[in-house]
Amino acid sequence: MDKKGIMCPDLIKQCFEQGYMGIEVSDELGGAGLKFMSAIITIEELARIDPSVSVLVDVQNTLVGIPLRKWGNKAQQEKWFPRLCTDTVGSFCLSEWTSGSDAFALKTTAKRDGKNFVLNGSKAWITNSGEAGFFIVFANIDHSLGYKGITAFLVDGSNPGIRVGKREDKLGIRSSSTCEVILDNCVVSEEDVLGEVGKGYKYAIEVLNEGRIGIAAQMLGLAQGALDATMPYIIQRQQFGKSIASFQGVQFDYAQIATEIQAARLLVYNATRLQEAGLPFVKEAAMAKLFTSNIAANAASKCVEMLGGVGFTKEFPVEKFYRDSKIGQIYEGTSNIQLQTIAGFVKKDYE
Amino acid sequence: MSLARVLVPVKRTVDYAVKIRVKPDNTGVETKNVKMSTNPFDEIAVEEAVKLKEKGLVKEVVAVTIGPKDAAEILRKLMAVGVDRSIHIETDEDLQPLAVAKVLKKVVEKENSDLVLLGKQAIDDDSCQTGQLLGGLLNWPQASFASEVNVEGGKAIVKREIDGGLETVSVQLPAVISADLRLNTPRYAKLKDIMAARKMTIDTSSLADWGVDTTPRFDVVSVQDPPTRAGGVKVESVQELVQKLKNDGVL
Repeated sequence: MDKKGIMCPDLIKQCFEQGYMGIEVSDELGGAGLKFMSAIITIEELARIDPSVSVLVDVQNTLVGIPLRKWGNKAQQEKWFPRLCTDTVGSFCLSEWTSGSDAFALKTTAKRDGKNFVLNGSKAWITNSGEAGFFIVFANIDHSLGYKGITAFLVDGSNPGIRVGKREDKLGIRSSSTCEVILDNCVVSEEDVLGEVGKGYKYAIEVLNEGRIGIAAQMLGLAQGALDATMPYIIQRQQFGKSIASFQGVQFDYAQIATEIQAARLLVYNATRLQEAGLPFVKEAAMAKLFTSNIAANAASKCVEMLGGVGFTKEFPVEKFYRDSKIGQIYEGTSNIQLQTIAGFVKKDYE
Repeated sequence: MSLARVLVPVKRTVDYAVKIRVKPDNTGVETKNVKMSTNPFDEIAVEEAVKLKEKGLVKEVVAVTIGPKDAAEILRKLMAVGVDRSIHIETDEDLQPLAVAKVLKKVVEKENSDLVLLGKQAIDDDSCQTGQLLGGLLNWPQASFASEVNVEGGKAIVKREIDGGLETVSVQLPAVISADLRLNTPRYAKLKDIMAARKMTIDTSSLADWGVDTTPRFDVVSVQDPPTRAGGVKVESVQELVQKLKNDGVL
């Protein structure tokens, strides 16, 4: 899957069958009826084996599931959740070529036309879009309003005005699809507006705050997976008459990694706990994502080193973890954005 | 005509992936704080029973376990993959195969089971006796080490794994069949079913309620680690090999 950069369709089917694609969705709508922590644990455990599969499940549950659940009306939820829980992959279309961190500078327009809106523009870096049948698209109904014109629209994959374009050939999480999504006179009805017109920016911020914890969980799983793949080998492999794992320098490396993973785990679970309790969690979520993505990149890098030559080959899974880890510091809010967010909260605490 | 009930006895054992340690006093294996799961061969038996139900050959799959309070966990997991009802006979005693078989006989009689499907052996003691003893006590035909099971016309046609290869036997039902590794691959429980299983009731009773004599028939004298592997020796000729084997008392 990594080599070809394509996810095995049967694997996606099984994610649906096992109930991973609608973890927090209610029983009646086809989900597992569990809470956020269950989703986080699922994302973490999947990432221990393959961060690409983990992000598929993460986006479905967080970026797609959360807005629909929070702001979707009854009709929209009843229309989409059963499909999202059984066979339809969803994606969250916010970023564009010219707007990543500066998300609200998005250029996609939504022109009112009677009871409809016509969307035009193109989105970039959209995870899951290669397999998606459902798209939450952010467009501006009136650029003179600035970000207050941004509105979220629910678009069916069968709509002739939406199509998936170029698929990125990436360094890591290669089997997770990251494509262009093109809106070409895409007609949607006003019933497909998610929540209120002009509130899209608010929804996006809120969703990304929670989604951040999901990415942190993915990076956490990745770090653990890298360590799990490394330890048995270095315990068994010997040089100079003793096992690699018994050399002090190496011991310091894996002790450090294990400690960082433990700290990361507590950050992730704490942010999750706060979210479930309905308490403020934005600062903690940003901290979790920032810290975890950094230690995961470090862990994967060190694991390749500890494994020695074999770590550098594709015969071992660790070089993939190393490549997969890089995206953690970039997507769903770059590390610099996380730092800015955290700084804002820290400063406020002292004012 | 479908069978009414299949009984699947299951045992809670140390998880197969755990690296077991012998207790310092050599009386057994350390089980404190160690991950416990359903005996893998019993999971295979459950899977087969559920498959028979899906084929319409069996109406109800009932699981039973004899063990401590925590053993209820394995029953919940099994109900999430298709077991309809489960029975938990609580005890902290470590029962030996004959005692287990005697208790199971009473369960079979109470449940009026048409077929008993269980794992060929438990991975903790590897006794491989319970199924056979149960068959004997019930005076039922038995087919052990099953790698394929077909039920038709009141008979079970079973392919058995034996030392020489495969043997196909036909047993008149009711019968006891013990599952071997290659019978099937157990399915994973779906999240929804795991949640649903939480709400199902388990029929719980204490071992004493069943009025069975469970006194042990044999004593475990000691449990030890296998001897550490010594280096091998290369021989130059067949004669040397024969001489070495004779010297080591093997021949």
